[in-house]
Amino acid sequence: MHRFGFRTLSLVMLCGLLAAGCNSSSSPSASSGSTGTATANVKLQGSGASFPAPLYGRWFKEYSAAVDGVKVDYQAKGSGGGIKDFIEHTVDFAASDAAMDDDEISQVDIGVVLLPMTAGSVVLAYNLPDMSKPLQLSREAYVGIFLGKVSNWNDPLIAKSNDGIKLPNLPITVVQRADSSGTTFVITSHLSEISEDFKNGPGVGKTVNWPSSDKFIAAPKNDGVTATIKQTPGAIGYVEYGFAEQAKLPMATLENKAGKYVTPSLKNAEAALAGVEMPDDMRAWMPDPSADQAYPIVSYTWLLCYAKYEDSDKAAALKDMIQWCLTEGQKSSAEMGYVPLPANVVETVTKKLDLIQ
Amino acid sequence: MSMTNLSDVPSGETSISSPPSGFDIAVDRAFRGSTRFFAWITVALVFMIVYEVAGKAYPAIREHGLGFLTTKTWDLQSGEFGVLPEIWGTLYSSTLALMIGGFFGISIAIFLTQDFLPGKIEWAFKNIVELLAAIPSVVYGLWGIFVVIPMLRPTAGWLHENLGWVPFFGTSLSGPGMLPAALVLAIMVLPTVTAISRDSLSNVPNKLKEAAYGLGATRWEAIFGVIVPTAAKGIFGALVLGFGRALGETMALAMLVGNSNQMSISLFSPGNTLAALLANHFPEAGKKEEPVLMYAALVLLGITLLVNIGGAFILQQTSRRSAGVAT
Repeated sequence: MHRFGFRTLSLVMLCGLLAAGCNSSSSPSASSGSTGTATANVKLQGSGASFPAPLYGRWFKEYSAAVDGVKVDYQAKGSGGGIKDFIEHTVDFAASDAAMDDDEISQVDIGVVLLPMTAGSVVLAYNLPDMSKPLQLSREAYVGIFLGKVSNWNDPLIAKSNDGIKLPNLPITVVQRADSSGTTFVITSHLSEISEDFKNGPGVGKTVNWPSSDKFIAAPKNDGVTATIKQTPGAIGYVEYGFAEQAKLPMATLENKAGKYVTPSLKNAEAALAGVEMPDDMRAWMPDPSADQAYPIVSYTWLLCYAKYEDSDKAAALKDMIQWCLTEGQKSSAEMGYVPLPANVVETVTKKLDLIQ
Repeated sequence: MSMTNLSDVPSGETSISSPPSGFDIAVDRAFRGSTRFFAWITVALVFMIVYEVAGKAYPAIREHGLGFLTTKTWDLQSGEFGVLPEIWGTLYSSTLALMIGGFFGISIAIFLTQDFLPGKIEWAFKNIVELLAAIPSVVYGLWGIFVVIPMLRPTAGWLHENLGWVPFFGTSLSGPGMLPAALVLAIMVLPTVTAISRDSLSNVPNKLKEAAYGLGATRWEAIFGVIVPTAAKGIFGALVLGFGRALGETMALAMLVGNSNQMSISLFSPGNTLAALLANHFPEAGKKEEPVLMYAALVLLGITLLVNIGGAFILQQTSRRSAGVAT
């Protein structure tokens, strides 16, 4: 018994050794080293926004595959969580849909570099049975809906901009995010920009105090909101474009600053970005873009990096990775439902990379 | 090899009984010591959690005081926080769930213990009910969104239109709300209630049952007059545990209750619960919100504690009254 056991054990160990040997001998041959600057075995740890997470996931996976020795981990825990981790120095970089405010920046003594990586639109998805045409909402109408003042789909304010559509006599159920979210930040800054009442009421924030009504319900995460809208006749809610597109939810056409009705699409989001000047701190807000074709609710989303890294290999690898995302990465943005950065923004962001040491 | 060893041990001369060796005593002591250690460490863990939560909640307790329990706003911008709607929602949804789940759970337990079914089917039945406990709560939540809510909608609409004057049907059901949340919660507490009441019912001595039949009781009279009262203590314990389970349930409720700061008696109105509030706000809570959430967690702990103490108290009272009947 004993002897047999020992023999099996040693056989297993031998196999293991052989296998390990095979692995170590095969890995150098698999290296492609396309960019070359990255040094061996750097692990970059990031966390933050869930809104660009599908795109970041793809970028980091492709980058890790293309470059040898660099591994990027990204945890989509939400913008607020990312900023918290970043301030506490538990990550190498973070991501946020609301950038960072001055107070948050001042808590990082080694300096912060904010880099816009991509942009996306927030859409108003709805669930109305038997609609022949996409719903058109005037500014007054959708502000009214989110203030709880327009509470039925047959309200004259909605009917006015939807000629030829018979709107049902159905209470409007407003679905919002239950968790703290960059998406909420983006839409509340837009609503506060265009409506004084909204500004003084719910205001701007990652969570706000929505009007108290039994027709305002909240669901966790983008997918929770999407599922709730899908299951609730008469519901309207805000989600990131990609989620509504994936769930095949109809999205409302909104009136923009120029008074035009604009459908949410990549092209119209690009139009919104084109009219925005990138300031020096890279925090470009466009709560209400003015271009003719601009979709009104659009925002950049940022990567947060430290200005100084103790480990110079890490800084080099991070810069190389961001460089890759700005060039190669942008090519897959559109396909995933995100807006590629305009050329001039890519240029400014590339210059900003030098600030990372 | 081992076979021969075994046959070697009891050699004829020595007696089987012998005083414990030093090794036996050491093992015995170590065992006693370690059980004591682990028992105390569990108690210490509870205190540590309470201490930790209370410590983190302290700034919020000082700032908001008891007003936290009686105000209704949760506004991060203005720094106003109150959890009255959440306390109401937690108690309301759990009570509803316990009423539904308790009724079905005890019925199933009686059905499974009083020889209504052949043994094998009874066994299968019992296992299927207990299997409900193994389903993750996210799955219950999704099932609630995609099955329960659409199923309830026509009935709820009819009730609201025709019986809208009854406070329970005062609002129309838009989707997530108290009733779907309570129904799903009822199914989640069902296995707990069933398993424990089934145990206490099957522990009722056969003598009692036979005596009841001997006195000429019908089956129903025997069940409701003798067996259930005898097992009442255990059944009550099952209900208390089920209530505790319902109070703390998080994920399914976060998905179904609507997370809206509402206090309404209407079954179709959305609401919020403490556990759902914590689940939704914790992951991204900043410096300002964290102490407040800890305070809310402390309130939830307090409610659970009160329910358990209350349960134990009632149990004591009832068992004193039925002391003659109990075994």
